[in-house]
Amino acid sequence: MKKKTKKIKKERIQEANRVFTRPASMRDVDNHFCAGCGHGIIHRLVCEAIDELGIREKVIAIAPVGCAVIAYEYWDFDVTEAPHGRTPAVATGIKRVRPNSIVFTYQGDGDLAAIGTAETIHAANRGENITIIFVNNGVYGMTGGQMAPTSLAGQKTATTVYGRSLRREGYPIRMLEILAPLPGARYLERVSVHSAHETLRAKRAIIKAFKTQVEGKGFSMVEVLSMCPTYWGMSPIKAAERIRSDVATFYPLGVVKTY
Amino acid sequence: MTKKILMCGNEACGEGAMLAGCTFYAGYPITPQNELIAYMAKRLIDTGGTFVQAESEIAAINMVLGASAAGFRAMTSSSSPGVSLKQEGISYMAGCELPGVIVNIQRGGPGLGNIAPAQGDYFQSVKGGGHGDYNIIVLAPASAQELLDHTSLAFDLSDKYRNPALVLGDGLLGQMMEPVEIRTQSPGNNIRNKPWALTGCAGRRPNVLKSLFLGDGALEAHNIKLQQKYKTIKDTEVRVDITNPKDSEIMIVAYGSAARISKAAILKARAKGIKAGLVRPITLWPFPQGAISAIADRVKKFLVVEMSSGQMVEDVRLSVCGKAKVDFYGRTGGGIPTEDEILAQIEKVVLVHSP
Repeated sequence: MKKKTKKIKKERIQEANRVFTRPASMRDVDNHFCAGCGHGIIHRLVCEAIDELGIREKVIAIAPVGCAVIAYEYWDFDVTEAPHGRTPAVATGIKRVRPNSIVFTYQGDGDLAAIGTAETIHAANRGENITIIFVNNGVYGMTGGQMAPTSLAGQKTATTVYGRSLRREGYPIRMLEILAPLPGARYLERVSVHSAHETLRAKRAIIKAFKTQVEGKGFSMVEVLSMCPTYWGMSPIKAAERIRSDVATFYPLGVVKTY
Repeated sequence: MTKKILMCGNEACGEGAMLAGCTFYAGYPITPQNELIAYMAKRLIDTGGTFVQAESEIAAINMVLGASAAGFRAMTSSSSPGVSLKQEGISYMAGCELPGVIVNIQRGGPGLGNIAPAQGDYFQSVKGGGHGDYNIIVLAPASAQELLDHTSLAFDLSDKYRNPALVLGDGLLGQMMEPVEIRTQSPGNNIRNKPWALTGCAGRRPNVLKSLFLGDGALEAHNIKLQQKYKTIKDTEVRVDITNPKDSEIMIVAYGSAARISKAAILKARAKGIKAGLVRPITLWPFPQGAISAIADRVKKFLVVEMSSGQMVEDVRLSVCGKAKVDFYGRTGGGIPTEDEILAQIEKVVLVHSP
């Protein structure tokens, strides 16, 4: 009797009540991300944006080195890998020979703001008509939680055991504000995925960034503040709260530059 | 239809790329290859291709990686210190099985070295260069004409095997002006037979290009596949130029500029009654091991001449495999051997080893 009820329930969900599905651009596989990690949400937002703009068959993505290294296992469109930090250079090569493709990179803070700083700045300065999704979670996740260029002052990591010392390790780096004065950089916005409200705003920013490229306006980058409960050493709920209370204080949310 | 014009080796190299249908070039200035980047800047822009002056040699090779991943014929060039920087990208391209042409107009090293011609990058070129268990195709031109021809050939071989190819010249070849025959040839079709290329997934399943294989045994399987490809290249693509193979009592082995000078030296030796010959590897990888081994069945004296302290000599010794005596003469740090220096070495070797 109980079994029968369950079956009916399942059918009803399939037939009538389904209001939320996997985006078409996302493969039907489990991901490897830790509980409470922001990458899964951001991967999904990128796919939703691509589906809504109807550009899946024009997309060529570049996966980074870091936690998102196997993004191609989750995304159902053309993807290449790139050496650590060289992601915007690879995107430049692709976009220049295929100007009608929609080319985007998905990079973490180590990839974009440490080892790939030169590639990031010069791609923006050339005004490459590409889009960068920059996931800032303030830590190297893949390698075991070392300090990132974006780690906050005092943040404890595997390589800042007593907390990031501004005297010893220098200041956290705000990449959007560095890029903003460059004429080649057209659309720069910082968003977050720590709440449903901010996640919706993040999606709007990602759509705007892709539109910037579709319309041929030039370089666009969305920095997404993201949670790393594992290497922040806190629960997913507390990690989301840390973005609101600490991270977004240093990295203010909102449009940094638009056209 | 052909026409002959006077141009420097670096420009000839650029023209070879254009004839092969190269549509993308990224580079960074470094002496002694600057004529090449300038040539590509003009020719590509004039013909509707893409030229990018990159922020570094690292960015340049990765732009080539991107253009190649998108299915287009792409090239970068540099000189020794810059080619060191490109090794990361070359390793990724080998791992992802991406074609692409790299030109190294060698200069003296190590470090910043100098800007004089040298052959100190042989090991880097033929033994992998970057990290991992891989090889790239290496061509060694010895004239401006060959800089043109070998660069075109590099594109064809690179596409054929989905593997990076390197043209290994030096400052002497790059700067020297010579008459060059521009042979009209059909440019390679950029996206012919490249079903793996990233074009956007319209009408097909998505393509993925990667060198990361995390699954148990997956990377070993990938490496075994690469090694099988390298074996095919070794079996098929060896190119070597042999002078006086029949009657020589001593064979010089030299490539590039060193071979050019050695060719003059063997003429002088023959004028003195010494029967000297020359083995000039055109492909340094794959190395003409079989040809050298066959010669060593008959010729018992070898002299390897390099503009280095002795790098290719190791591969000659492995090829000869104890069947003959292998001597070495080299100049290093930008030093260039003269014909007479090489002749003196030939006389010494013949004299010392004569019964």
